Amino acid sequence: MDGLTLLLHAPVLNLQLLVDGVLVGAIFALVAYGMALLWGVMNLINVAQGDFVIIGGYVAFFAVSGGVPPLLAVPCSAAVVALVGWILYRIVIRRVVVGELFTSILATYGIGIVLQQLANQLFGSDVRTVESGLGSVSLLDGMLTVARIKVLAFLGTGLLGAALVWFMRRSRLGQAIRATAQNARAARVLGVDTDCVYAATFAINGAICGAAGALVAMTWIVQPYAGLSYTVRSFMVVVAAGLGNLAGIVAVGGGLGIAENYAGFLLGTEYQSAFVFSLLVVVLVLRNQLLLRQRQYLK
Amino acid sequence: MTSRQLRLGIGAVGALAAVAAPWLAPSFVTQLAFLWLMVVFALTWDIMGGHAGYNSFGNVLFFGIGAYTCAIVQRDLGMGYLGGFAGGIALAGLAAALVALLLGPSVLALRGHYFAIATLGLSVAAADIAAGWRYIGAASGMTTPQYPGAIEDRGRFFYFLLATLAGLTLLTLRRLYAGRFGLALGAIRDDEEKAEAMGLSTTRYKIIAWCIAAFFLGLAGAVAGNLVGYIDPREFAFAGPTYGVWMVLMAILGGRGTLWGPVLGAGVFHLTQELFWTYLLGWQRVAMGLFILAVVVYLPQGLVGGLERILPRRLGAASAVGHDTSPREAGQ
Repeated sequence: MDGLTLLLHAPVLNLQLLVDGVLVGAIFALVAYGMALLWGVMNLINVAQGDFVIIGGYVAFFAVSGGVPPLLAVPCSAAVVALVGWILYRIVIRRVVVGELFTSILATYGIGIVLQQLANQLFGSDVRTVESGLGSVSLLDGMLTVARIKVLAFLGTGLLGAALVWFMRRSRLGQAIRATAQNARAARVLGVDTDCVYAATFAINGAICGAAGALVAMTWIVQPYAGLSYTVRSFMVVVAAGLGNLAGIVAVGGGLGIAENYAGFLLGTEYQSAFVFSLLVVVLVLRNQLLLRQRQYLK
Repeated sequence: MTSRQLRLGIGAVGALAAVAAPWLAPSFVTQLAFLWLMVVFALTWDIMGGHAGYNSFGNVLFFGIGAYTCAIVQRDLGMGYLGGFAGGIALAGLAAALVALLLGPSVLALRGHYFAIATLGLSVAAADIAAGWRYIGAASGMTTPQYPGAIEDRGRFFYFLLATLAGLTLLTLRRLYAGRFGLALGAIRDDEEKAEAMGLSTTRYKIIAWCIAAFFLGLAGAVAGNLVGYIDPREFAFAGPTYGVWMVLMAILGGRGTLWGPVLGAGVFHLTQELFWTYLLGWQRVAMGLFILAVVVYLPQGLVGGLERILPRRLGAASAVGHDTSPREAGQ
């Protein structure tokens, strides 16, 4: 508990943890938004979500190594992962999306395994990171240090989120996606090509994950097996916030980032991942208890 | 020849082949022992996954608890090799069942995909905690004591231990599925609310079923830990991406909700996996992922389900436990 005494003696450390947490949490919220999109529209839980993020990170890494400026690498990896998503939809997902829910979970888990093993085989298991070359700023007389790229990632996430909301509300495709989410059969009757809509949704989710992955590579690290923790984080955020609740997703994402930063600081970084996965179980069980209580109240 | 005699005959030949196998193929004794381990994996997963409709990704948790419990008993209690091992195996089964009993009420209250993801979280969290806990060796794992006899005896010893365990699991489940227990699990899978409204204590049945699965997995973990000789928290004990998924896959490959499906699935899967590992150096894990996708996409009903479609009269009666419900309803 050295961490705790340290926090009590130096309150400004709290501020550091909070700021870092919120900035990281924005990326979690972005990935979670993509997961909520798939869940809402296709009734599909994408267990490979985190692996899409990691693939995005690798694309950014190789793009930057090849001379692309870091900020341009973000749209690059978004485009590449969107393409990967579209291809995967055509080959695999369209066959499982109509079947049993569990089949789709297992199928996306299989995709996740293929992606992470391919990454391991092709790029090696080393930890990679992208140098954004932006440095960091000190605030409050050097007591608070914030990497510029984190702030930029935060702003970029916000911008992307706003663009997505606009796209879903205003564009023709966005309206078709929302119609399919409400009632796929009725949408089909009214002339929406739902297969196309599903493919587009999967590609959009790929783009979201790709962009998030590039930001992850710049603010943090990518590693072939790190994907599952992003899947779990986004699943947790969606479960806690509910589908189609954008404000909730942003709030929970930020909260998760903060909680994780504190846990990493207090318990030690070797337990940070254990904390995330245990928190998942706790969140699910608590949610279920609350729902049960509501159901009893209604009786 | 009646079908009963036929079945008894096939059973006798199978048992004889299982007993003779270590002498017939002495160089494959360890692989064959692992085959029995896979049979236990698939059978225990299918109790909740196939029969009760609760698809768990985290059953490997109990396997790991068993492996660690046995290793701790052997390290700290010091009762000689056989005494320590026997005590370790017994305690491993009990510890795993106890954990299932404690987790059951809250985790089994979750439904559908929430249950699947929660159990996935449980097994990964267990791996992370085990990798950080110094008492059980943290990330460097634990070694189990050496088998005192000759190396050929060692292979056969573990082969027969695991074969006995698989046979025991199969017989226990056959007995249970044939009675009220099997019917209760089927009712839970088909419509849990209705089953509860009819007066069935669904929670109790679910917890008992999970405890049985955990008990046998705990025993399997204890034996397998000693067979391998070294317990790694992520690669062996709580190996979610390998053992954890294989369990699910073997049951699906063979046919969920049947007694013999998981056994058949385990056999086919283990053979495929050994071939991948032998001939696809380096790429075996990629091939494994593709294999998972192929099974899930093209064979969701499993081999037994596929055979039933081809030969409905021959096999229909043997495994009546349903594929008749719409899967989407069962999964919700």
